Amino acid sequence: MTDIIIKNLPILVVLCPLMMSLFVVLIPNTFISWVVTLFTTLITFIFSLLLYQEVYQYSSISYALGNWIPPLGIEYVIDKVSIIPIIIITLISFLTTFFASKIMPAEINNSSISKVYSLWLLAIAGLIGLVTTGDAFNLFVFLEISSLASVALVAMGAQKDKQALVAAYNYLILGAVGATFYVIGVGLLYGITGTLNLADLSSRITEINDNKALVAGFGFMIVGIMVKAAVFPLHIWLPRAYAYAPSAVSVLLAATATKASLYILARILFSVFDISDTLITLTLTYVILPLSIIAMFAGTIMAIYEKDIKRLLAHSSIAQIGYITLAFAIGTKASVAAGFIHMFNHALIKGALFMAITSMSFYLNKRITINTLSGLGRAMPITFSCFVICSLSLAGVPLTAGFISKLYIIKASISAEGVWIALLILASSALSVIYLWKMIEAMWFHEGPKDLVIKENPTVYIALLMITFLNIYFGLDASIVVNSSFEAADQLLGVQK
Amino acid sequence: MDNNPILRIATKILFAPIILFGLYVQFHGDFGPGGGFQAGVIVASAFILYAIVFGLEKGKELFPLSINLFLLALGGILYGGVGIASMMLGDEFLSYNVLGSSQQAGQHIGILLVEFGVGLTVSNVMIALFYAFASFESSNGEKK
Repeated sequence: MTDIIIKNLPILVVLCPLMMSLFVVLIPNTFISWVVTLFTTLITFIFSLLLYQEVYQYSSISYALGNWIPPLGIEYVIDKVSIIPIIIITLISFLTTFFASKIMPAEINNSSISKVYSLWLLAIAGLIGLVTTGDAFNLFVFLEISSLASVALVAMGAQKDKQALVAAYNYLILGAVGATFYVIGVGLLYGITGTLNLADLSSRITEINDNKALVAGFGFMIVGIMVKAAVFPLHIWLPRAYAYAPSAVSVLLAATATKASLYILARILFSVFDISDTLITLTLTYVILPLSIIAMFAGTIMAIYEKDIKRLLAHSSIAQIGYITLAFAIGTKASVAAGFIHMFNHALIKGALFMAITSMSFYLNKRITINTLSGLGRAMPITFSCFVICSLSLAGVPLTAGFISKLYIIKASISAEGVWIALLILASSALSVIYLWKMIEAMWFHEGPKDLVIKENPTVYIALLMITFLNIYFGLDASIVVNSSFEAADQLLGVQK
Repeated sequence: MDNNPILRIATKILFAPIILFGLYVQFHGDFGPGGGFQAGVIVASAFILYAIVFGLEKGKELFPLSINLFLLALGGILYGGVGIASMMLGDEFLSYNVLGSSQQAGQHIGILLVEFGVGLTVSNVMIALFYAFASFESSNGEKK
């Protein structure tokens, strides 16, 4: 039995949530459906840890679906690069499912909760599949599975606020445009090379010089993925979708959804295409680098002027995605590694911040804006302290996870591009302190309503405590994250053809 | 359309042959054009036709939502179940070779079950979509 599990791990991480989502939809009882979902995400997380072990033993695992030998059949590839987003997604989905137990019934009708959990698992399965697959078209399928499931999840917010429908519709249309662009790109590349397997594709691309269709295909793919990853000018869908989705869904999406797409972006830029290629160098320096820098400032400034807290955090996500793409755009090993470090840490930070805000809106039973925050700090000390710690982490204060990622990004950018990018990063971090302070000030120093009594509920704050603990832990001892990220960058950039 | 005998009788006559044709496309799919997806849509069209002619209420009486949801999930579970069975028998996910006594028999069983799963899910998704869109109007009228 263990043999079978070990042998089939690459498919099991995808299959476990995918199959269980079909079972969960049939469970009428809301509590049982939550337990089954929690159990599924836990098992998936354990599978991904086992996979982590396997990857470090064999460096790369290839799994042929249906025993059709790649590149003919669909291949699942787990290597030191893809294991990082897999761990992020499975860890965060376990924590958020745990967190959702009380939050979900407060916002969703009892009759549709099991369906929401089914979609929830489907979205997770889609995201994990996106990362594991080594086939360009299979990737598109998972892209659609994850984004359609998340669109439906966002739309479930309509039971509280009808705005969610508009948000979901925006997300659907832009997501569909992104996916279409991606698949057009895949089609063009398939026309030139005659293969869909990513590894095979990259070896055939190197044999082709100066092909206009290749450039067009590359452009379509990159733009399509950039929509999904919410890279700056293509981020319009994100703030609304995160703000009006049911709270638990916001936590899940904010922490995981864009990470998988960012990984795909890195994979296409560095692994399918070749970094020494002028096409990639030009794209990185003239497209992705400037966009990331604008994103860092635009996201932060929009966050400063935002009143609604969930939207504020969503805008801040855009700035943080900017840091990650900036790290990729610099294109050295150290910077790509820094990008992966920040990918992991940002998932922890944003997950925690959204959880804290979600708990507040759960206790108050209304939307959280900057005005409703008044006095909440004193009324709910546990949630507030977690919020402060994670805010510090977002700003990049030492001893938190955020510091580690900022440190590595700045170090990598100084050694590659000189001081100016480092200065820009520092400036944007300094600006982010403004909106973080605005929230903390409101919570702690502003006088709240007199009758504000809140009894904090352990089932709500335990997950928050866990994720906050991880924020501190990975700030004190970042060796695992840093080492795996450097190994990943080595594998991603190392094998130069 | 309750008072139109031609439509009602034509529907009753057509209902069984449509499903029969669906089954033909389903099981012929192993050897020629056809397969679960097309068959699923054809089978669903029989139920949708019934619901259009006799009304949504009658349609839901014939094919209740709970069964619809159950079969919808069951099709997917059947598909994945074939994959899990082949993993249990020691081969890769969805590798049909190990399912039967010989490689050919295994391939036959595998594709048959998988296509049947596809057919179940597709037909029920079609019906579910029809129910969802058809009941949208009426629930909108009595909006809360």
